[in-house]
Amino acid sequence: MTVPPSRTETSHIRAAMQPRGPRGIGKIEKAKDPRSTMNRLVPYLSHFKLGMVLVLTFVLIYTVLGLMGPYLMGVAIDRYISTKDVFGLARISLLMLIAFVLNNVFQAIANWIMAEISQRALKQIRLDLFGHLQTLSLSFFDSNPAGELMSRLTNDIDAINQAVSQNITSLIASVLSMGGILIAMFILDWRLALVSLLVVPIMLWFTNFVARYTRKGFERLQKHLGQLNGVMEESISGQKVIQAFRQNESVIAAFRQYNQEVYSAGIYANTYALLLMPLTNVLGNFFVIVLAGFGGWLALQGLVTVGIIATFINYGQNFINPLRQLANLYNTIQAALAGAERVFEIIDTPPEIQDASDALPLKAIQGEVQFDQVDFAYQLGTPIIKDMTLQAKAGEIVALVGPTGAGKTTIINLLTRFYEINGGRISVDGEDIRQIKKADLRRKLGLVLQDTFLFSNTVMENIRYGRLEATDDDCIQAAMMADADHFIRQLPQGYQTMLSERASNLSQGQRQMLAIARAILADPSILILDEATSSVDTRTEARIQKALLRLMEGRTSFVIAHRLSTIRDANNVIVINNGEIVEQGTHQQLLDRRGFYHHLYISQFKGQTI
Amino acid sequence: MKHVFKLFHFIKPYWKRAVIALVLLTSLVFMDLSIPRLIQRIIDEGIAKNNQPLVIQTALLMIGISILSMLIAIGNNYYSVQVGEGVARDLREALFLKIQTYSYGNLDRQKTGQLMVRLTSDVNALKTLTQISLRIGTRAPLLMIGSLILMFNTDKTLALTMLPLLLFTSAMIVFFIAKMEPLFGTVQQKLDRLNNVLQENIAGVRLVKAFVRADYEGERFEVANEDLTDRSIRVMKFMATMSPALTICVNIGMVIVIWSGGMQAIRGEMTIGQIVAFINYLLTTMTPLIMMTMLSNTWAAGIASAQRVNEIVDTIPDVLDSPEARPLPEQAQGRVVFENVSFFYNGNTHEPVLQDINLAAEPGTTVAILGATGAGKSTLIDLVPRFYDVSAGRILLDGIDIRQIKQDSLLAQIGIVPQESVLFSGTVRDNIRYGRPEASEAEVIAAAKAAQAHEFIMGLPQQYDSPVEQRGTNFSGGQKQRLAIARALLTQPRILILDDSTSAVDVETETKIQDALEDLIGQRTSFVIAQRISTVLKADKIVVIDMGRIVAQGTHKELMLSSPIYQEIYDSQLGNGFRLEEAATGSQRSVPA
Repeated sequence: MTVPPSRTETSHIRAAMQPRGPRGIGKIEKAKDPRSTMNRLVPYLSHFKLGMVLVLTFVLIYTVLGLMGPYLMGVAIDRYISTKDVFGLARISLLMLIAFVLNNVFQAIANWIMAEISQRALKQIRLDLFGHLQTLSLSFFDSNPAGELMSRLTNDIDAINQAVSQNITSLIASVLSMGGILIAMFILDWRLALVSLLVVPIMLWFTNFVARYTRKGFERLQKHLGQLNGVMEESISGQKVIQAFRQNESVIAAFRQYNQEVYSAGIYANTYALLLMPLTNVLGNFFVIVLAGFGGWLALQGLVTVGIIATFINYGQNFINPLRQLANLYNTIQAALAGAERVFEIIDTPPEIQDASDALPLKAIQGEVQFDQVDFAYQLGTPIIKDMTLQAKAGEIVALVGPTGAGKTTIINLLTRFYEINGGRISVDGEDIRQIKKADLRRKLGLVLQDTFLFSNTVMENIRYGRLEATDDDCIQAAMMADADHFIRQLPQGYQTMLSERASNLSQGQRQMLAIARAILADPSILILDEATSSVDTRTEARIQKALLRLMEGRTSFVIAHRLSTIRDANNVIVINNGEIVEQGTHQQLLDRRGFYHHLYISQFKGQTI
Repeated sequence: MKHVFKLFHFIKPYWKRAVIALVLLTSLVFMDLSIPRLIQRIIDEGIAKNNQPLVIQTALLMIGISILSMLIAIGNNYYSVQVGEGVARDLREALFLKIQTYSYGNLDRQKTGQLMVRLTSDVNALKTLTQISLRIGTRAPLLMIGSLILMFNTDKTLALTMLPLLLFTSAMIVFFIAKMEPLFGTVQQKLDRLNNVLQENIAGVRLVKAFVRADYEGERFEVANEDLTDRSIRVMKFMATMSPALTICVNIGMVIVIWSGGMQAIRGEMTIGQIVAFINYLLTTMTPLIMMTMLSNTWAAGIASAQRVNEIVDTIPDVLDSPEARPLPEQAQGRVVFENVSFFYNGNTHEPVLQDINLAAEPGTTVAILGATGAGKSTLIDLVPRFYDVSAGRILLDGIDIRQIKQDSLLAQIGIVPQESVLFSGTVRDNIRYGRPEASEAEVIAAAKAAQAHEFIMGLPQQYDSPVEQRGTNFSGGQKQRLAIARALLTQPRILILDDSTSAVDVETETKIQDALEDLIGQRTSFVIAQRISTVLKADKIVVIDMGRIVAQGTHKELMLSSPIYQEIYDSQLGNGFRLEEAATGSQRSVPA
């Protein structure tokens, strides 16, 4: 007997129709603690108690209705066709029709409600995840590279979605109907029921047996695929260098080897995986045959009727399906649990430093900044900032100078309270920043970073990011101050031009000017500036420089300086090496001192004889 | 469709196995179809006629058949998997080999991510297409035709009443298939939007925090989240309707069989066994219809992938050796001359990247190239190893047009330190030896020393055996650059190209590298691109490029006198009017310009 159009088939289609993501084939992941992950998922459904009750009710109803169909068919054969009762046959046919129609209608309704519930629950999980990400500290993002974090999150959410979309209702229904069928079979004829039950352990054993090899196979395949993808990715991204060094042959040799391994592993894994289908099919057939044979024998003994056998054969097929379906869903559910577990891991990551309970709102400030014997380490034992004391009076420009890794960026991270200091005190207008509400503090600080981040939105909205309530005119005014108005107007749609991701349609210099406009609009009391190292053409450079000067006017500014002109404009140049201030003063004072700064500066000209 | 057929030859090496799979598949259909008929026999001739041996006999026959069909199915799977995996392997290899022949122009147009998708997802889609076609391709239509024939054979009138239902069901499936793909497309769009918000928040976390925009971003996310949820629910509801809708068709068919078959049985025109068999045939006919939905989806995905795969297969590398190309003599001098060279990407003559470049680099000299980002510096030096071919003019190496030289022998004479220092997974030693795997340990160390890399390498836990992760993520920018320099030096090239390769190295180390290079450079011609003017001061020739043209060339002293653009760059970097002499003595006050 062939496989009837089971729910298994349709769920296959559904799986195949899912938006195709970058998930690898046969990815088998397991949650470390599936039970507690389950327990955390349940509350997401508990918002929908009424809906769940409705779904369960409908599932129960349609399962019973589904069981009635084959039973009525048996009755039709035994009671009416055999006895040639036309009216009875008409009645029972109508009854069957009603049962079938209602069965499917209820099923559709239950599915709809479940779709609503599961997607709403998924939405809540996403929301919780995103909301929590917002509260995480910068150290979390520093230790989880953006690309990796992003692909992990999308994969995990997708894994949960995959399981949720696999029509949970039909799974529940299958399990329910398994029970129902069992009961119905025993009521109809206990002998046949007992024989039917024999199939269950064999089926489980088969599934288990195949699954064991399949899992091993896919784990191996996954490993080799990982290696192959690694080789491919590395060689494609490094293709230019490979060519330049004429190493194509060796790369190809490595590729061939891994490709061959994936081939053998793929054959192994897929051959085993595909065993399950014919095995369960033959088992299903056995089941039907045994019923037909044994039932036929019983019928000959006058113990059962033909109708009952027909009913049993029909039930038998429905009985096998849930088992098959469970086997199919196993991996999906495993992956979903593993994904959910990781999502919860992120939700459980403690949030960034909280405001002190007695933190005060910050009023208008002068902008005087003071570091008192500040100590800081990203990792315990490797101090980055040591006993640092520095002062910036309101309206001063402070240039931070020093070799890479000296701790310049860290100073800025501490002032913005992205990280909490380990010792000492940082104050703004004499107020310890730990006593100020973080949001208030940051609102007073304007940040222009080296790598200008722009959102995929219009130019106007990107500027407005500095102050959301600003009018269009305010934004244009700020752009003018930043000397950006001119080039913005030359863009295809002017201020309404959409910036593509990472703003590749703007030049480096233009992006910096937008960032400056944004900062001007924010109107901070204290400005923090990380000068870009990459050079732009000299004319743009001069314009950026002018815009920056305009921006710094009347504000306390901390500048990680890479340009001499900035350093020369600074009221105070702070030279940092290995987390300590080694010198400070004006550019000229420092040169005259002929110390570290002088050395740093002069080394550019070493070897140049005059 | 034609894209798939264009790739058909990938099956050829496996054609025997493919044919076996299909033959097995076809024979499976006969097994499938025989079972309902045998059940009918048990009921009609066994039970009805009280023939016990026949019941047992038939049951045993059925068991035999189903075991046989299991073996056949396993055999079919076995061969299908082999063909599928084989095709996937060969396809991957063909694509990979093709990408290996790509020149820089091709690589610029196709990003790593894109190419990776071709090699993974697209190859996978085609593998699935092969496998699914071999596993159910012929089975579905044959099963359908077969059971239709048997239905007619069993009872013509009843079969005829089934026909409209079958047609209706087919139409419904077509409807669902047609609707499904675009629906999922819209979900994907909404998902992309949501991911975009997420992505921006992760990548721009500093900005979001600095501007205290958590609430604002939360709202943006909420909008995208709601949008996605809404759309997903709609699509899921649509999908959730499909299964009951199809089932109801099958069920209605069953009712019709019971009713009208029952009527016939009552009239004595039909047996109960026939009714049961008929119901089974009905189920058998519906199954392939549903299989078809699976098949059509696989094909849709396969066709799309085949098209993308063919794009790669059909790409012609921009730079190819001409048939009469000669190998370069071992003892190249290293004299490089640009004659009226112009270059534009993809034949875009309106925006030339380089225009009328005339430049001569004598053996043993250093040519420094200066200019703003996007001025054309990198492109200029990429023309020397023929990473790109000139659009007009020519480049001569020792008097030979480089297009007349085999590229392999040309590259053998050139050492390149690219702008982006790409390292490969392996050890530090492997990376330095990359261009010359047979180099001795002493040579490796010498190269590392010259590149000022020896010191930090010795500071690593496993020194030269320390592992380098993919793309060298476990090294700082400056360290990567120094390893890349060592790698280039080890090949002992006649021509050395440094493309802004000390930008991440601090000034002091850079000076040391320069000193070391000076000792080594000796007989080689060097091209150095730099952002820092201090890097280029000592070059034999400094070339200033602006908007694709050479605007000045000469030594530092000459240019300081003759080129206003050079002076402008000099001033902007080293300070207005801040003169070299003062820096050196450091005692006098600088004079503002």
